[in-house]
Amino acid sequence: MSGNLTLAADGTAGAPTVVAAEATDIGNPWVNIGIFAAFVLVTLVIVFRASRQNKSAADFYAGGRNFTGPQNGTAIAGDYLSAASFLGICGAIALNGYDGFLYSIGFLVAWLVALLLVAELLRNTGKFTMADVLSFRLRQRPVRMAAALATLLVVFFYLLAQMAGAGGLVALLLGVDSRAGQSLVIAVVGALMILYVLVGGMKGTTWVQIIKAILLIAGAAIMTVWVLAQYGFNLSDLLGGAVEAAGPGGEALLEPGKQYGADSTSKLSFLSLALALVLGTAGLPHVLMRFYTVPTAKEARRSVVWAIWLIGIFYLFTLVLGYGAGALVGPEAINNAPGGVNSAAPLLAFALGGEILLGLISAVAFATILAVVAGLTITAAASFSHDIYANVIKKGQVKPDSEVRIARWTVVVIGVIAIVGGIFAQNQNVAFLVALAFAVAASANLPTIVFSLFWKRFNTSGALWSIYGGLVSCIVLIVLSPTVSGDEKAMFPGADFAVFPLTNPGLVSIPLGFLLGIVGTFLSKEKPHPEKFAEMEVRSLTGAGAEKATAKH
Amino acid sequence: MTDLSKEGPPPGETEYQRVQRSDEFQGLRRAFRNFVFPMTALFLAWYFVYVLLANYAHDFMSIRLGDSNITVGLLFGLGQFVSTFAITMLYARWANKKFDARADALRREIEEGDL
Repeated sequence: MSGNLTLAADGTAGAPTVVAAEATDIGNPWVNIGIFAAFVLVTLVIVFRASRQNKSAADFYAGGRNFTGPQNGTAIAGDYLSAASFLGICGAIALNGYDGFLYSIGFLVAWLVALLLVAELLRNTGKFTMADVLSFRLRQRPVRMAAALATLLVVFFYLLAQMAGAGGLVALLLGVDSRAGQSLVIAVVGALMILYVLVGGMKGTTWVQIIKAILLIAGAAIMTVWVLAQYGFNLSDLLGGAVEAAGPGGEALLEPGKQYGADSTSKLSFLSLALALVLGTAGLPHVLMRFYTVPTAKEARRSVVWAIWLIGIFYLFTLVLGYGAGALVGPEAINNAPGGVNSAAPLLAFALGGEILLGLISAVAFATILAVVAGLTITAAASFSHDIYANVIKKGQVKPDSEVRIARWTVVVIGVIAIVGGIFAQNQNVAFLVALAFAVAASANLPTIVFSLFWKRFNTSGALWSIYGGLVSCIVLIVLSPTVSGDEKAMFPGADFAVFPLTNPGLVSIPLGFLLGIVGTFLSKEKPHPEKFAEMEVRSLTGAGAEKATAKH
Repeated sequence: MTDLSKEGPPPGETEYQRVQRSDEFQGLRRAFRNFVFPMTALFLAWYFVYVLLANYAHDFMSIRLGDSNITVGLLFGLGQFVSTFAITMLYARWANKKFDARADALRREIEEGDL
């Protein structure tokens, strides 16, 4: 898989291509910084206002379960549409045409898994975290521990990739190209994130995500209409423009295979990625946690419906923006710009609306990183405090107050780890981390969620085999893959221990995760608990006994 | 209100198990599974048909429509968007009109009972 493919699919805006970036010579960094500062100021005010109502654990972890479906759906879009969705996919379409478009489809279709199989049932049976559902009818402590570890790992991979990407984005958008300068920006992003989550809890985080989603989608919409207007609102003419700007061989932009069609291994890698994308989303802990912020399963359903529309429409915009950047900026200018593939969307903004539009789009890209890392942080904090501390260590004998206190400390610790990790990783090729997060979510989390919701016979042993088996196989396969060694774009280009040829482990680890869940279940002599399964099944479908929203304050 | 316990619970059975055994719940569960399982199979199959075509049938996906720059592959890709939106609307309509009322009735029955 080429660097670009990894990049677009994987969430980091920065990583490989931005590493060598120099200060941007277009636009005015102060305009970008000014607009971003305005975003921070407005969201901080909102977060502080939201924080006045943070009293209970349900307030801190789940925003009091008082968000409406449309609000939560918008926040989900804000949580899900990372900088990669915007910068990475636009750039991938601009340079590789059709192949760039393919990712966005996997990212979107995946939401049907969440809509049909997971969202409502999860809302009806759980409280704060994914582990609530997984451990519902199984032995609490081992299953919770496993689910919490999977959650923390997924979140950590995702967070590190976002933070490392922030450094690259700075070089591209703000003209900061020194290592110290980039580290400072990573520290600022981390500190802001800690502040948002600490003060605002889930409520504050949700509002940041809602505002960011609106800005991102509105910005993309304006640019889309602008681009289309230049081609008389004729998509075919726009595609023709991109082909023409690409020069000889430009026709390949309209056909699949330009990027990953090189040989049978790269095709299998893509297949593996496609599988991980479509099954990973419904196992991402920060996505799952959002379903607890609404009062009922019906609102959880409305959230996903809204999220699907917003995310789908956004990806349609990126199709136009990608080809628009190819046509109006041209692949050569994009490749030569600092930031390479990631600079397609900002360069297009500059070509269309000059400094001001560039500033707006850059600020939106930053807001995107901030909102995504805030969502990840609160998920990790909930998982550590609610699952590991309260239920595994204290065996459930803990006051809600002290649970929330631990969660707040966890936020600080995770923030610091993210800053240090982000600074350490900023010149590393860590783009594979998000691919890994999706693969772990699909191989370790989704099988256990599906089995525990739908399979009566499923037991503790099956859950542990599935979670640990999926987790370990993903990590081992990625370590042995060309993303880590044996390739010039690898994390350790000098070494070569890449015995697994595919850049994404999903094709092996996802079926393995499901299989181990079945094998583990049948090998165990654990007595079934029909009464717990009855409770879970009845609750999941009817909503009886589901967690209620806290009273409006 | 329907009497869920006309046969009397076997010894040691919980209220949830009693509800689970009831015809109302079994019907609800069947309706849910009959909708979501085939739908999931359908969209996953259509997604993988698309991915496999894009991966292994480059010539077919590269066919232009008339003298435009729109390819079969682009139409298939946009088709994934259309099908995703369509399934979303179908499910939401079905759930709002057919599923919610039955689930709510059962929920009230359980919560107002002596559980």
